[in-house]
Amino acid sequence: MTVGLFVPCYVNQLYPSAAIATLELLQQLNVDVVYPLKQTCCGQPMANSGFEHLTQKCNDLFIQNFAQFDYIVAPSASCVLHIKDHLHSPEQEETATGIRNKIYELVEFLTDVLKVEKLNARFPHKVGVHHSCHGLRGLYLAQMSELNAAPFSKPHQLLNLVQDLELVTLDRGDECCGFGGTFCIAEEAVSVKMGKDRVTDHLKNGAEYITSSDLSCLMHMEGILHRNKSNVKVVHIAEILNSRI
Amino acid sequence: MMQPATKDHAALSEIFIKDEERVNWHDGSLWWIRQKRDKVAKQIPEWESLREVASGIKSNVISNLHEYLLQFEANAKKNGITVHWAADAEEHNAIVYSILKAKEINQLVKSKSMLTEECHLNEYLQERGIDVINSDLGEYIQQLAKEPPSHIVLPCIHKRKEEIGELFHEHLGSQKGESDPTTLTRIARKHLRNVFMTRRGALTGVNFAVAETGEFVVCTNEGNADMGAHLSEVHIASMGLEKIIPQKKHLGVFLRLLARSATGQPITIYSSHFKKPRPGQEMHIVLVDCGRTRQLGREDFRNSLKCIKCGACMNTCPVYRKSGGHSYHNTIAGPIGAILAPNLDMKRHADLPFASTLCGSCSNVCPVKINIHEQLYKWRQVVVKEGYAANTKALGMKAIAWTLSSPGSYITAGKAGRWVLANIPLAINNKLNPWYKQRDMPDSPKESFSEWFVKNKKNGKKEG
Ligand code: SF4
Repeated sequence: MTVGLFVPCYVNQLYPSAAIATLELLQQLNVDVVYPLKQTCCGQPMANSGFEHLTQKCNDLFIQNFAQFDYIVAPSASCVLHIKDHLHSPEQEETATGIRNKIYELVEFLTDVLKVEKLNARFPHKVGVHHSCHGLRGLYLAQMSELNAAPFSKPHQLLNLVQDLELVTLDRGDECCGFGGTFCIAEEAVSVKMGKDRVTDHLKNGAEYITSSDLSCLMHMEGILHRNKSNVKVVHIAEILNSRI
Repeated sequence: MMQPATKDHAALSEIFIKDEERVNWHDGSLWWIRQKRDKVAKQIPEWESLREVASGIKSNVISNLHEYLLQFEANAKKNGITVHWAADAEEHNAIVYSILKAKEINQLVKSKSMLTEECHLNEYLQERGIDVINSDLGEYIQQLAKEPPSHIVLPCIHKRKEEIGELFHEHLGSQKGESDPTTLTRIARKHLRNVFMTRRGALTGVNFAVAETGEFVVCTNEGNADMGAHLSEVHIASMGLEKIIPQKKHLGVFLRLLARSATGQPITIYSSHFKKPRPGQEMHIVLVDCGRTRQLGREDFRNSLKCIKCGACMNTCPVYRKSGGHSYHNTIAGPIGAILAPNLDMKRHADLPFASTLCGSCSNVCPVKINIHEQLYKWRQVVVKEGYAANTKALGMKAIAWTLSSPGSYITAGKAGRWVLANIPLAINNKLNPWYKQRDMPDSPKESFSEWFVKNKKNGKKEG
């Protein structure tokens, strides 16, 4: 099985450790990983701002980079969802469809494809899980609190395999953090207020780390934590799952 | 009527958020209602299929609206109701006015009608010498405050009891400093009772109109619609075209969903059926289009007409909870308002589809399963294509500059870094950057993942 590793542009530049952890974790699990060097961006920033019609070049590049792999895995629920929902190509629609079906966010790849049941990881801290909305309501990584349906959570399932990790329970388990792409700039006041309230929920319930499968949410919450001189840290879930015993 | 909004959603929210204590309280009240909704929804095992059925019935309705409306009209007429058709707000208001004028009625008691808010009926009638009183407690309060409702089900949810006490003191002569909800309600009740007893004309909204029988149903908790209608000589019901349901039995589906979604009650206290005028009374129905058929013609947005106005999407929306209903500068606020408003006036409401993180919670609570967040995304594409994006301050140059930069295929790993730093607005570390106002930037790592990767050549499986 060969996996193409997709590292979203901002993760590549700002959170390389999460990408390294993703790569190492997959390799630990005996997966053949290839990182195509010419990759850039999924096109989501344009599309969510109403400029989906300008994303074709981006889409074509993505197809060129990733069509060849059995699976595509990325440590970002949001970018994966964007590809799943919006990657099209008038010239190679079949290939585009193939990509939309074989791209996975890291957590779901681990639980659904690799069916990981054991990890050699230890993380002796209290951890709060932030469900990114795209991961939750888009990729269905966990049950959504609005629905009358049986609960489950793929991130929790994996974190429960980590030694000495204590999960904290939040008052509002799946509320949006307010990042929202360009929303974080265009609606600065609401975005920050939403972020503050999410962070407060984690602090109130004793989290030392906030983790998520989306670094965009974490970057936003980290920005608020830093500004308020909090000791609580954010960490991508790959880094916890890849932490050594 | 449709003047351009002076401030957009982002700017109005910023003002609302300044009083953080109030925002927390507002957010908490609405979240509490969302929790009540969750609780009752989860008590019904078939909840999700009930939503599915409701959505299906509404799909049928909007696909066959023409037939159902004509069927409803015929049956309503048989029942002795006078049926009117209004293409827009102006026509609606003129019809209501002419009905009242013919009976020489110059005082109207109104209840449960967001549609008449949408049509600005109160102002219209007042200019023509007809006095209007909103009899729902929340709307009554909003009328005293000379403000539009901030929520379709909870019109004064943004007001604290002390502020309401102050309003009552000023307008109804209650004691200064009185803020006990029960006492205030009693005071309002006394005033409204007098209104009910003396008004000869009553106007209500319509929650459901049954094509099969020509009757309509009004759901309230206060019984004020009944009180107004039963004591009046003329009962006018204003309804949007989309309120039709095919058969009476379908009410069983919608009444179970409506109150549970709205407030977490199993059912509204009153679900009143109006079928024919009582002897000596006149009953009128005004069927109002007001942009609805235009929305029906927009394939991507047609489903918004399924809305039963429960307000659940507002209660769950974190943006709504933190920014308040008035920040949407539209009669209907929140996620549903943001997908309805651009149809009415795209330029004026170009900012609303962007007043969302697209988190999707709205679509999950919606009892008729409107794909609200997907429609928000689609409206963004339309607004931009129609050239209105630049009109919204919220989408100023900072965001646009980012969104317009198309990363060409020439970007190699080394250059990508420069592209990101030059194009992500939050990467610019200065005071003018909205990211930086209340948030720090992540510490910049010594090398990008690509650089690390090239150095370490890690392709393949685990080494060794
Ligand atoms: S869109 Fe759905 S949730 Fe929102 S008010 Fe209408 S019916 Fe209720």
